Amino acid sequence: MALLDVKDLRVAFKTADGVVNAVNGINLSLQRGQTLGIVGESGSGKSQLAFAIMGLLARNGTATGSVAFDGLQILNARAEVINPIRANGIAMIFQDPMTSMNPYLRVSDQMAEVLVHHKGMSMTDAVAECVRMLDAVRIPDAKSRVRLYPHEFSGGMRQRVMIAMALLCKPDLLIADEPTTALDVTVQAQIMRLLRDLQRDLGMATILITHDLGVVAGFCEEVIVMYGGQVMEQSPVDPLFAAPSHPYTRGLLRAIPRVDQLGEELASIPGTPPNMMRAPKGCPFAPRCEAAVAACTDQLNALTEFAPSRKRACNRTVEELE
Amino acid sequence: MSAPLLQVEDLHVSFDIRREGDMPWTKPLKLHAVNGVSFTLNPGETLGIVGESGCGKSTLARALIQLVPAAGKVVWQDGTNLLGLSPHEMLKYRREVQMVFQDPLASLNPRMTVGQIIAEPLTTHHPGLSKDEVKARVQAMMEKVGLLANQINRYPHEFSGGQCQRIGIARALIVEPKLLICDEPVSALDVSIQAQVINLLMKLQRELGLAMIFIAHDLSVVKHISDRVMVLYLGRAMEIAGSADLYGKPDHPYTQALLSSVPIPDPAAERAKVTIPLDGDLPSPLAPPSGCVFRTRCLRAAPRCAADVPPLLGGNHQVACHFPGPLMAQAVPAA
Amino acid sequence: MFMKEEAAVRLADIAVKGRSPWADARARFARNKGAMVGLFVLSLICLFAAFGSHLTEFTYDYVDFGLMGEAAEKGAPSWSSGHYFGTDDGGRDFFARVVQASQISLAAGLIGSAVAVIIGTLYGAISGFVGGRTDQVMMRIVDILLSVPFMFVIILLLVMFGRSIWMLFLGIGMFSWLDMSRIVRGQTLSLKRREFIEAAHATGVSSGRIILRHIVPNLMGVVVVYASLLVPIMIMTESFISFLGLGVQAPLTSWGALLSEGASQMRYGTLWLLLFPLGFFVTTMFCMSFIGDGLRDALDPKDR
Repeated sequence: MALLDVKDLRVAFKTADGVVNAVNGINLSLQRGQTLGIVGESGSGKSQLAFAIMGLLARNGTATGSVAFDGLQILNARAEVINPIRANGIAMIFQDPMTSMNPYLRVSDQMAEVLVHHKGMSMTDAVAECVRMLDAVRIPDAKSRVRLYPHEFSGGMRQRVMIAMALLCKPDLLIADEPTTALDVTVQAQIMRLLRDLQRDLGMATILITHDLGVVAGFCEEVIVMYGGQVMEQSPVDPLFAAPSHPYTRGLLRAIPRVDQLGEELASIPGTPPNMMRAPKGCPFAPRCEAAVAACTDQLNALTEFAPSRKRACNRTVEELE
Repeated sequence: MSAPLLQVEDLHVSFDIRREGDMPWTKPLKLHAVNGVSFTLNPGETLGIVGESGCGKSTLARALIQLVPAAGKVVWQDGTNLLGLSPHEMLKYRREVQMVFQDPLASLNPRMTVGQIIAEPLTTHHPGLSKDEVKARVQAMMEKVGLLANQINRYPHEFSGGQCQRIGIARALIVEPKLLICDEPVSALDVSIQAQVINLLMKLQRELGLAMIFIAHDLSVVKHISDRVMVLYLGRAMEIAGSADLYGKPDHPYTQALLSSVPIPDPAAERAKVTIPLDGDLPSPLAPPSGCVFRTRCLRAAPRCAADVPPLLGGNHQVACHFPGPLMAQAVPAA
Repeated sequence: MFMKEEAAVRLADIAVKGRSPWADARARFARNKGAMVGLFVLSLICLFAAFGSHLTEFTYDYVDFGLMGEAAEKGAPSWSSGHYFGTDDGGRDFFARVVQASQISLAAGLIGSAVAVIIGTLYGAISGFVGGRTDQVMMRIVDILLSVPFMFVIILLLVMFGRSIWMLFLGIGMFSWLDMSRIVRGQTLSLKRREFIEAAHATGVSSGRIILRHIVPNLMGVVVVYASLLVPIMIMTESFISFLGLGVQAPLTSWGALLSEGASQMRYGTLWLLLFPLGFFVTTMFCMSFIGDGLRDALDPKDR
């Protein structure tokens, strides 16, 4: 049985100006210990997908479909069902660590609270466990630093503290939402290395949400490319980068300047991402797609397997795109 | 070779930091954001400036156009030192040097139409122009940066991030400057839009013969757009070299660590890559390390590094390091 | 085909009209039912103040000696006598007096907040924009003025220079801009660091133009919201001073003065003398706070 099974997940937000359809029918499943990358630009719905799984949507958002974690239905579940899962099953880390920490509480207090509350540990044991965890995320001098307040840590250290907090209860699934976007590249390298090591040691499944294809390349086994709230392509990481099968993925890979190659002119994707208030009826990428045909604006092919364990959603065949 | 467009010598920018609870008469701490940076820029050339947050790259840009007070020399082509000019004397040079900012939307006044925004530098520097002439020039510029000229009466919030950055570029170029300073112009944009803006900047630079100072934290973008690149760390230049040279054979350990940290969108290359760990945090700029500022995180640090500040030496490939040289794999401890 | 192209060309020639942030705010305000009702009722009150005197044959200072001192017995509101709101103890038509009181009270609110808006905005914007020592001095002046108990000063002014409505307006205006200037200065400080101000500096736009073209228009949202909250405070202040008997002079009157009179005569059974001015006063306060809420939501949609 898959650890996480998402079926036809849709997320919509009611705003003053109309309904925003952020996620439109996503299917995915994740095995224990697997690493999945979800790549997309802003507005692709990748973060809202994660929030919907965690049941953390903003109040004006509604999610439909099904999300099963370890066989248990958790989408729109009652607090009694979802809270134990949030504590022990799934943990999430965010782009800005400060948003998930209380600036007025010492790190020791906020971290220990989780253990005391969910595991029934004593305060002394809990703090000792926290120090062990901070050591594990390689915070130097964890024993004394545990007494500091969040703002007394640097950006990279804060992200480590948040990772430590997320891992305290040994979750089966870690969702990392743009964990390194706000960080400098050398710090990003440290954090990604740390996440990779922890993932391997603890054997937890991980979903990495990012806009950076480079980060995905170094971390994930499986990749989902999202655009306009839909999956464009799903593939193991190596063939995705070696032979991208969807016009959007191809465009994206050609649009990134590479530090390890000589620069030629970047192939840019013309146009701008769709307004999800008036999402196109057919393929969301059709208005910007070089290979689009008339049918693309009316309907989008469902995600279909075209090669072993690779899926794509496009009206043109791979051969036609060559 | 023609005279350099801009010659920066020993530029210093420092800020007074007052801590909470200080009395008004206590001497404030000095934060040296830019600490003795020198470089030259030739007409039509692009100089990339890279570094991590807090390295002083944005402050450097602002010092060049006197948005922050600075000491040292910034010599323009005609021999004038721009630092120390009165605001009135500076006005002439403001037309020659224009700037593009990081946040596309925040750099545009939300209460002004696109036409008014782009026209502002024009009406400031050429107050004699007629209304029709201004409008004609604004529309011509809008088409040049890939905006529809009929959108002249729209407001910034009606445009996407990429289009807003085009508006910012149009505003900068309408007075036909010789130097364009771009401060992280694409870091707020999505990958697909980022490529559009980079291509536009490169096209305009070729067409107009602009010189550019391109500041970014994204090393791949800088590599793509720059002729020469300067690496900054804690307000000091670590290495300046031609783009291919610097990325191909970096001589400074910081540059090497920086380059090795960039994730490569290619799983095989990414797995094969050796990342030089850069442990610890950036030292506080209020109390920078003695000698070489990078020594606290450097794998090659020796006693000499704490004693002497390494000068920036070399011809076309300048390095500020006592022990410069190519990266040797055996020097890297296993991660 | 040809025609289509031509149409497209023509379409491109016509400049597209943009939706300004103001237009957006107007649309959002119009969607807010409470604020729209408030605005409607408030306009009715304003119309009443402006044209109410034409609805009655009596003027506010006409004294009907036959009714003097007998308000409780003969002065109750009635359609037939033409005294819609009844008469007061002095035999004056109460409707005409309420109309006249509304004029004074609304004027106090408007003048007080207008002074606050003009002086406060410019003072605060200059102080915040110039910064440094100028800012320090300008804000210390505000601090000093704020530390003066302003009600006391107004009362002192009225006692020293005689009770007049103009002296009252002057006193209110002198103090109303202080808070406004502080709020505006704070906003200016944060605006000053925005990139579009930097961009204007970098192009060489003069400071005066930066304040007028870039800073002030972007302050307007905050200023309008605060001004809408200031109007009721000004009306209250005027009412309070008039309630103390220091404000307007009979036969001129204001809501506060009428309330004071009505309250003192409550025990004689002339409740209408209290309820009519009270009704107007409370309704206006309600309307203003609904409008203020609506304005805040319309102008700062992010803060919700």
